[in-house]
Amino acid sequence: MDDLGRMDSPIHRIDARAKIIATAAFVLAVMSFPRYEVSALMPLFAYPFALIAVGNLPAGYLLKKVAVAAPFALFVGIFNPLLDRQPMGMIGPVAISGGWFSFASIMVRFTLTVSAALALVACTGIHRLCAGLKMLGLPSPFVVQLLFLYRYFFVIGDEGLRMLRAAEMRSTGARTLAFQTYGTLIGHLLVRSMDRAQRIYRSMVSRGFDGEVRLLRREAPGWRDVAFACGWIAFFAFARSWDLAEFVGRWLSRGPS
Amino acid sequence: MSDPMIDITDVCFTYPDGTEALRGVSFRIGHGESVAIVGANGAGKSTLLQHLNGYLAPTRGDVRIGGQAFTRERIAEIRRSVGVVFQDPDDQLFMPTVFDDVAFGPLNLGVPPEEAERRAVASLDRVGMAHLRERPPHKLSAGEKRAVAIATVLALSPDVLVMDEPSSNLDPRGRRRLIELLATFEHTKIIASHDLELVVELCPRVIVLDGGLIVADGPTERLLSDEPLMLAHGLERPHILRHRHPH
Repeated sequence: MDDLGRMDSPIHRIDARAKIIATAAFVLAVMSFPRYEVSALMPLFAYPFALIAVGNLPAGYLLKKVAVAAPFALFVGIFNPLLDRQPMGMIGPVAISGGWFSFASIMVRFTLTVSAALALVACTGIHRLCAGLKMLGLPSPFVVQLLFLYRYFFVIGDEGLRMLRAAEMRSTGARTLAFQTYGTLIGHLLVRSMDRAQRIYRSMVSRGFDGEVRLLRREAPGWRDVAFACGWIAFFAFARSWDLAEFVGRWLSRGPS
Repeated sequence: MSDPMIDITDVCFTYPDGTEALRGVSFRIGHGESVAIVGANGAGKSTLLQHLNGYLAPTRGDVRIGGQAFTRERIAEIRRSVGVVFQDPDDQLFMPTVFDDVAFGPLNLGVPPEEAERRAVASLDRVGMAHLRERPPHKLSAGEKRAVAIATVLALSPDVLVMDEPSSNLDPRGRRRLIELLATFEHTKIIASHDLELVVELCPRVIVLDGGLIVADGPTERLLSDEPLMLAHGLERPHILRHRHPH
């Protein structure tokens, strides 16, 4: 992700604020569709697709990341087909219930929003993103949280993996660790993280930390940035108001009249 | 006569859980001196270092830096003048890029952005890491992390450099580079370390701590060659001195 954020492309050069605003508008647009909507959401794939294509991002890599988070959305929606059995459409002879539509809608929305968010991080870089959020007026504690979450995720993950490996090496024969062992490991990791937080705080205080993180990014938004945000917002509003997919479908099926 | 850079008088410190970490420590360190603080684990080294920039306040006794006592108004200035390099660089490098990390201190001091940038670049240059400025710290090697951690402190233009185990986790080449780098600094240096060979190379004076007390304070070669003293306090006579003093 870090390497992606440091690449250069027309999308990378857009001001972080413009991208944040456009992506926030995108998420709002996606969420505002009625619950059974599936086809009308399709044109919105243009946004993550454009970020990935113009930003030269590796689509396969980002898709894998989307897949990692997919189980969460799956569990949110999985019971809809069971609870909502009202038939709403037909595919051939099979009646499709409303539950399946809303489930599909949840999965599509999930894919849209998560891929757009990942593409945003990948084409901006976390530090520019945080600087952008800060300039947009996000309170400092949230920005600091985000920065630190990102910075220490891997450090603490590594620590956890090392502990897990050490525990596995000493549990010869057993195929999985006892449930209790996991509890101890997690507790230990928590204590260690708290100790680390203390040390980090100490090192911040010794360099004059006063609750405000100052990031050195001077970006003046140009007309490109404004055009980027306004253009996409206009597109989202358009896609939200008219069912573009249906329009295109009707246009295609009009036949040679 | 000018004030000593660091003046510590009868400092005692007891942790909230009742552990007496320091039990009356006094010493003075002059401008430009290089002093090592050695001692077994739990001797009180880290606790002592935390008093030098006011992170801990003594339960009794007095800490003065450049003749100044720690007061609410002066603490920011004292923290600028005493740069602390932590044992684990991952604790010290917390920003998304190396450059942001080095600029963190100057920006907190209220230095204008252009000047902060200039200082950050100069500090990175000083430790030979200018090429890493846009890299995320967690992707660096241990030696690079250490050098950048030192740069973050140099950017504050400190008068005193305090280092806790600077050579830990370094490979021999990284350690050698670190020693060469530190030897070029003209700051007052205080180095807490178990790496006694490094101490012999960098610090003419050594303070031996044990059980929260100073058990010896004097010329490095004489103290570290004193085998009974070293062994009595959980240390050993470094090899480098065995060959230098055959008697």
